[in-house]
Amino acid sequence: MLSIRNLHAGVEGHEILRGIDLEVKAGEVHAVMGPNGSGKSTLAQVLAGHSAYAVTAGEVRYDGQNLLELSPEDRARAGVFLAFQYPVEIPGVSTAQFLKAAVNEIRTRQGQEELDAIEFLAILREKLALVEMDQSFISRAVNEGFSGGEKKRNEILQLAVLKPKLAILDETDSGLDIDALRIVAHGVNALRTPDNAMILVTHYQRLLNYITPDYVHVLFNGRIVKSGGKELALELEAKGYDWIRDEVGAVEPLGAA
Amino acid sequence: MTEVATVKDTYLAAFEAFERGGAGGSPGGLLGLRREAIARFAEQGFPTVRLEDWKYTSVAPIAATAFRLADGAFDSLPAEAIEALVVREPVAHRLVFVNGRYSAKLSSLAPLPAGARVASLAEALITDAAVLERHLARYAGSEGIGYGFTALNTAFAQDGAFVHLPSGVRVTEPIHLLFLATSLTTPVLAQPRNLIVADRGSEATIIERYAGLGDDPYCTNAVTEIVLGEGAALEHDKIEQEGELAFHVGTTQVVQARDSTFTSGSIAFGGRLTRNNLRVRFAGAGGTCALNGLYVPHGGQHVDNHTLIEHAQPRCTSRQLYKGVLDGGAHAVFNGRVIVRQDAQHTDAHQTNKNLLLSEGAEVDTKPQLEIFADDVRCTHGAAVGQLDEDAVFYIRSRGLDTQAARMLLTSGFMSDVINRITVASIREELDGLLLARLRAGQAARETR
Repeated sequence: MLSIRNLHAGVEGHEILRGIDLEVKAGEVHAVMGPNGSGKSTLAQVLAGHSAYAVTAGEVRYDGQNLLELSPEDRARAGVFLAFQYPVEIPGVSTAQFLKAAVNEIRTRQGQEELDAIEFLAILREKLALVEMDQSFISRAVNEGFSGGEKKRNEILQLAVLKPKLAILDETDSGLDIDALRIVAHGVNALRTPDNAMILVTHYQRLLNYITPDYVHVLFNGRIVKSGGKELALELEAKGYDWIRDEVGAVEPLGAA
Repeated sequence: MTEVATVKDTYLAAFEAFERGGAGGSPGGLLGLRREAIARFAEQGFPTVRLEDWKYTSVAPIAATAFRLADGAFDSLPAEAIEALVVREPVAHRLVFVNGRYSAKLSSLAPLPAGARVASLAEALITDAAVLERHLARYAGSEGIGYGFTALNTAFAQDGAFVHLPSGVRVTEPIHLLFLATSLTTPVLAQPRNLIVADRGSEATIIERYAGLGDDPYCTNAVTEIVLGEGAALEHDKIEQEGELAFHVGTTQVVQARDSTFTSGSIAFGGRLTRNNLRVRFAGAGGTCALNGLYVPHGGQHVDNHTLIEHAQPRCTSRQLYKGVLDGGAHAVFNGRVIVRQDAQHTDAHQTNKNLLLSEGAEVDTKPQLEIFADDVRCTHGAAVGQLDEDAVFYIRSRGLDTQAARMLLTSGFMSDVINRITVASIREELDGLLLARLRAGQAARETR
């Protein structure tokens, strides 16, 4: 589904990703772990098409297309979804209004009928239950005045409604208390199907207690330096990231976040 | 300068003729007020940018134009143009004025609760002389510096809307006041004069709308006086859709008795130059006012909102939320003045002005002006000028909507809280449509550049 080869990218002439290789197939869940500044969020943003990052080399194929040539909206319409680390507030626009516009735009582009207000509300209600959000959420402005946990749950709600083929969750676990983490993980697990794939970008192993990945990759200084199964995450949790640095013999200090 | 003096002289001469002709059958006291007003106007003339309150808004083009005082005449009224403006669905109460004069033919009035009066001012000058004598021109003074427009209106005021709600009367259906301007060979100066008297405990919603029917230059100089009795509640929404070459100067003076509630929604779309003066005076304790405004100038439009809230009595609450969305080379001014008199303890006053600039060429001057003479009060203010949040644009695009749709969504979201405070659903829907059309036109213009 997704094939990343030798991806180099950075911001304002500063290279952050230095040759990423990653293969993701339908039905798989990949965890990308790494210390602060390793390039995890940059990878997520580059895949979603943020214009602040310039791709300097390499390629990303998604479903046979050159993903990097697509605008952010065309990526979304093709089934790519990024759950933001820092979801943005949209004052004056309700979650229901926003999601209805988004889902119908995507459906139209994928050759499906638009949902009418009643169909949409039925789906929205069902997905609200999945992330244990109150009805009142959908009439509140998107993320405005939401707590950190509410914002992350709103991302999962959007994921559930938009049903992407490839979901990238950027540090969705950060800043969550144990209950919110459980809710988010439950939502994500419920959305796993043999046809879609997920990339979980995370600093900590604890999310992986709830969502079992098929593969774990360690990102370090802009490269994937180690890949393995779910047991790799436990090893990282036990030993921290320093042993990776020793192992790869990196001489550069870890960058700041 | 000689030209300006000449134009002023024509108004002075016109007043002499008006007075000789009986001054529109003014009740006794009103004639005296007219004479005082024209004397003020003779003295002050139109305000200039040398006055602090008019620093950013030059009315020199108005002062230099020899407008013909509107006498209700019009060449022809395109029926379809009126239809487009007079809301398609019938409303219960609607007074229509063309070039400043009441049109019985275009108006409609459903039965009102006993004692309630909704009529043209011209009629009320005869039928309701006592109420007019007591209230007309008693609040929107001509004596203030830069009040030349109000003085000119008072001198000539002959028609407009008159609404009187006796004690305890509640008019459930909104009362629509529609002021239409249509072209004449000579540019017209229309001076509607409105008086709304809501006695103790009465309630109503009034929509005051100004609309141009053509692209010709004209000038509206409107004055509305609103008097709220004890515990009265009034919503007053002003929608300004003057023609693109029109000048609009509108003054709304509100006086609130004890425990009364006033809610204003002021939406400005049109005009080459718009100046709204909205002044509220708390004359009794415990009153509440909420002034909400939205202006969306584009092209070369200039829109200036000056608000003044005078907390003269204790325990009054005022809330102001004014928002602007500016495109093209538009210029907007917001000046929010709040005066808290020494006796106005426990005043709670809050003011916010937020502006969204959609283009490089747009410009805003925003100024809060707080004058506080009491010590136990809560007064806050905030002003912001900014552009669309690019992070939000990316966020929305990442959900499948294109840049254009993202910008539209953010912009309409920005405007929504002002619109949503208007309680009349049909007006909200209509405004949503008009605003969307305005935004689409702006997007289209951006794309062709």
